[in-house]
Amino acid sequence: MRDVAVIGIGMTKWGELWTKSLRTIFVESALLALDDAGVDKIDSMVVGCMSSGLFVGQEHLTSLLSDYLGKNPVPAARVESACASGGLALRQGFIEVASGMSDVVLVGGVEKMTDVTGCEATFALGTAADQEYEGFHGLTFPGLYAMMAVAHMHKYGTTREQLALVAVKNHDNGSKNPLAQYPFKITVDGVLQSVLVADPLRILDCSPITDGAAAVVLCSADMAKKMKKPVIRITGSGLATDTIALSSRKDMTWIESTHLAGQKALAMAGRKIGDIDLFEVHDCFTIAEIMVTEALGIVEKGRGGRAVEEGLTSLKGKFPVNPSGGLKAKGHPVGATGVAQAVEVVKQLRGEAAERQVKGAKRGLTQNMGGTGGSSVVHVFEAE
Amino acid sequence: MPNPARAWREYPQRYRLEAEKCTKCGTIAFPPRLVCPQCGNRKFAKTKLAETGKLLTFTIIRVPPDPFEDQAPYAVGIAELEDGVKLTAQVVDCDFAALKVGLRVRLEFRKLSEEGEAGVIYYGYKFVPE
Ligand SMILES: [Zn+2]
Repeated sequence: MRDVAVIGIGMTKWGELWTKSLRTIFVESALLALDDAGVDKIDSMVVGCMSSGLFVGQEHLTSLLSDYLGKNPVPAARVESACASGGLALRQGFIEVASGMSDVVLVGGVEKMTDVTGCEATFALGTAADQEYEGFHGLTFPGLYAMMAVAHMHKYGTTREQLALVAVKNHDNGSKNPLAQYPFKITVDGVLQSVLVADPLRILDCSPITDGAAAVVLCSADMAKKMKKPVIRITGSGLATDTIALSSRKDMTWIESTHLAGQKALAMAGRKIGDIDLFEVHDCFTIAEIMVTEALGIVEKGRGGRAVEEGLTSLKGKFPVNPSGGLKAKGHPVGATGVAQAVEVVKQLRGEAAERQVKGAKRGLTQNMGGTGGSSVVHVFEAE
Repeated sequence: MPNPARAWREYPQRYRLEAEKCTKCGTIAFPPRLVCPQCGNRKFAKTKLAETGKLLTFTIIRVPPDPFEDQAPYAVGIAELEDGVKLTAQVVDCDFAALKVGLRVRLEFRKLSEEGEAGVIYYGYKFVPE
């Protein structure tokens, strides 16, 4: 395997982008990434998208997006693993470059979610759960994570306030990110008084519906060294799956796929969790970030809530989690999220994150997951 | 989900709680599978789910998906049945305030949702406090 580097990143402002179509938001981010890399010719393209079929009635993104990017007849692939589609795209691009099959690969993620009604969006997102044995009973995604929260609170004494503190922390970080959908601060009281979605989760525990895209350009580390950009290598990649139904898991308070993907990525990088300077993780709901910090080994089992309270995971803490604002404040265009996490980590490792810069960051980790943890992708990034 | 066949093919599980027991390790698969998730064995014998158990977790859905719009708010939970099978279903005939981890429940046959005037009416199991 060859060493792989990220030489270009691109992301535009996320939000409810009524004036822009899926193809436009994708191409905008892809062009930014290509310009940032200073390359025009790509050998291949991989796109992560969860459900353009249900969100905009459009499949065949390989043709559509390579066409509008002006790159036909470039080989292109679209990959899907629910909300982990972006992370999966990054991994497939990594594999292509590492294997020597391609020298320069554009990896993109996109989701255009606001062309449908809230109900239709809820349905589309629900397809990441077991349709016949979860959705059939009226369960929603907030409902599934709410059940994980109830189990975690029951087993470990995690509190309602600790959940709120995750959202407050991520909005604090997001207020420093001009590309975030919600770049403003919120308060614990604000979270606790927001409307209930699925007890005990309230609307401010949930990541929003977002239109957005993100892109990165990968090439071999040898090639990257000849360019003028700082060389950020991807040193570890891990992917794992678990049961689709939450009820089939041995322990509903533990995300095994994230644990396994994290172990694999760290082993490949030859690193321990304590070597990592910052984390971009999948906080689709506040409880998710708490459980992910435990599954990655940032904190012990059951300590995720307390860690937020103690400031361990805040921007100036020992293990900053979601300096970008996370899915909560930055937004969660499902297929784009995993790629945007890579964009943020590369920004941080280049020292380009301005107000939210983690000082002296040399190593970063991304964790992106599908459904309630039915799939997880973890990557480790290192600056030279 | 306009195709009645999709509902009909799940009837054995949803109407009669039919499950399958691995002939090698005894794991009960619900819904039925072709491969045992525990030991990889591909042979199963028909069995029926236990009808009582206790809640492992629950929530109250306040923002429902389309087919459940007129039912919200409603409770949903995961219970572990006496035979070790863990199952997701609505919890009904129960005050929200009485919901708690460990609550004893039994499975009852109920209506779940309907597609509208000419569509399929979906039936299945729900949890009821014992
Ligand atoms: Zn078996």
